[in-house]
Amino acid sequence: MQIARDILLSSYRSMRTIREFEERLHVEFATGEIPGFVHLYCGEEASGVGVCSHLTEKDTIASTHRGHGHCIAKGVGVDGMMAEIYGRQTGVCRGKGGSMHIADLSLGMLGANGIVGGGPPLICGAALSHKILKDGAVAIAFYGDGASNEGSTLESLNLATVWNIPAVFVVEDNGYGEATGSSYACAGNQKDRAAGFGMPYFECDGNDFFAVYQAAGEAISHARNGNGPAMLHVHLARWYGHFEGDAMTYRADNEVAKLRAEHDCLVNFRKRVTEAGLLDASALNDLDTAVKSEIDAAVAAAKAAPLPDEADLLKDVYVSY
Amino acid sequence: MSKKSFRQAINEALRQEMRRDPRVILMGEDVAGGRGGTSGVKDAWGGVLGVTKGLLTEFGEDRVLDTPISEASYIGAAAGAAATGLRPVAELMFVDFVGCCLDQIMNQAAKFRYMFGGKARTPLVIRAMYGAGFNAAAQHSQALYPLFTHIPGLKVVVPSSPYEAKGLLIEAIRDDDPVIFLENKVMYDDEEDVPDDPYTIPFGEANLTREGDDVTIVAFGRMVKFANEAADRLAKDGISCTVIDPRTTSPLDTGTILDCVTDTGRLVIVDESSPRCNLATDVAALVAEEAFDALKAPIRRVCPPHTPVPFATVLENLYVPSVEKIEAAVRAVASYRVKEEA
Ligand SMILES: Cc1ncc(C[n+]2csc(CCOP(=O)(O)OP(=O)(O)O)c2C)c(N)n1
Ligand SMILES: [Mg+2]
Repeated sequence: MQIARDILLSSYRSMRTIREFEERLHVEFATGEIPGFVHLYCGEEASGVGVCSHLTEKDTIASTHRGHGHCIAKGVGVDGMMAEIYGRQTGVCRGKGGSMHIADLSLGMLGANGIVGGGPPLICGAALSHKILKDGAVAIAFYGDGASNEGSTLESLNLATVWNIPAVFVVEDNGYGEATGSSYACAGNQKDRAAGFGMPYFECDGNDFFAVYQAAGEAISHARNGNGPAMLHVHLARWYGHFEGDAMTYRADNEVAKLRAEHDCLVNFRKRVTEAGLLDASALNDLDTAVKSEIDAAVAAAKAAPLPDEADLLKDVYVSY
Repeated sequence: MSKKSFRQAINEALRQEMRRDPRVILMGEDVAGGRGGTSGVKDAWGGVLGVTKGLLTEFGEDRVLDTPISEASYIGAAAGAAATGLRPVAELMFVDFVGCCLDQIMNQAAKFRYMFGGKARTPLVIRAMYGAGFNAAAQHSQALYPLFTHIPGLKVVVPSSPYEAKGLLIEAIRDDDPVIFLENKVMYDDEEDVPDDPYTIPFGEANLTREGDDVTIVAFGRMVKFANEAADRLAKDGISCTVIDPRTTSPLDTGTILDCVTDTGRLVIVDESSPRCNLATDVAALVAEEAFDALKAPIRRVCPPHTPVPFATVLENLYVPSVEKIEAAVRAVASYRVKEEA
């Protein structure tokens, strides 16, 4: 598979941005300055980016409570995101949504979501819009292994096939829903679920950007070409707790250390592109440096940004009332 | 008797009832946690905020059931199990998630007894967290007790302290109707003296946390604490308040509310839920209808604005009724004088 150099560069940059964003949030959260629940996407970067590298602003995605990576992969700016997480007026949602509700509809980002299983039905609707409006776009639902057991998700798989809409269901299977393993909570398997609802199934190693890119490309083309929905099952792992503050006693002691050492999608990517002579290390190092200062600036700006003011409380409940 | 937190009081109520009656079972997402994990540690969470910790160890996996993230099915299963011989306590985690399973509560559990001509009993308890103050934003912060109160067939409990929580939860488990038991998530670390032995607090009997002559305050859940704080401040200025904690919004102790309003002639209602069709409007309607002649001032409601719960701390603090707002409302009613007709 040939991937254009600019896509390789932008994909690496997105993955690095997500990593840096999340690692920094982990540190900042511990200072007590960040309010609310924060769910980090560290370790899962190649999934969001491998999928979204096939999309444009016209395509729609719906995300989850673990949404920062999807937002960045879909092009939401880190300044607005960081400010949102800090509850500032300059946040993408004016400080009213926070980490779990980052959204930018102008970029086809239909929102992170506080409700597990909230996204798949919305994506059926987005796919219906794309179909009826004939804009050639697709709609992608990201959801977890845990969310795959919600009735709303299973109903959406059925509906998407019944309506033959351009939807792709991306199961990000990190093996856990909160503190419960999917080996306990998920009956059967995702492949049979896809087959049960009559849609093609694609599967890939979520630590390998190239594998995700390839499989996502096939699933998305299937949907974009009018053949109806597809499922993409991405095997990956989260490196932090379910949310910040989770002691992760349900995971083996060395589990995360091993993942970091052996299954780092960024390390894998670097190795692959440099060994194949597709990109050179210095270009990647430059991106790392640029991203790091971008995140530093985002944090500094968020901390200095104004808080929402009293009037914001009552604004935007309705369009008109 | 010893000091216990709201969290411990609830845990103890569950434990004591599970010991007493083998038909009492627990289910919910990560009520234990750790199943399917790689460390082999069981009871890894004991509930998302640790409320059910330790129950798995004592009662085992047959009676403490971790569920998939599938509210419609396990809440419905709890209703079905309740109608067929068990006494399940199902945990919905955040009450906001009721959006995923309302049918099983509203159209199934709540209506069995009436629809089936009095033949069914559904001894089901659904526990869930409610309330703002956690920066948990619009989908994890609602105070949805009015939603349940609206539905005939459900009983609804909103405990205001650790002591109240233990007695009311034991009562809920022993009750033969479906009960929604709502725990304010910012109260889990509140402490007070709680008896070690099991005890019950009957539904539909309000608690007067203080008695005064000038103004009656009716408050729900966490707002009882705020109302008492406001009353303390007002007492310094010679305004004495009665504070009523109804404990249950369904059944509602209308008698106590009407008696107190008859005595004071002035009423402030403090309700943390959205202001339209909430408990404050319900109590206001009751008093307007039944105690109109006793009123010496318009009824005042202290509620959040008609908006979703905002994320940012500054906005959330403005959203939740505050001690200051309660105080101001009481002062306004206390100083109100009916204009003499010319
Ligand atoms: C309807 C609903 N039920 C439960 C929750 C609480 N909750 C938040 S995230 C989560 C686990 C989700 O697991 P998964 O879908 O695998 O996503 P992951 O966290 O692994 O990314 C749960 C149970 C919720 N937010 N919404
Ligand atoms: Mg998961």
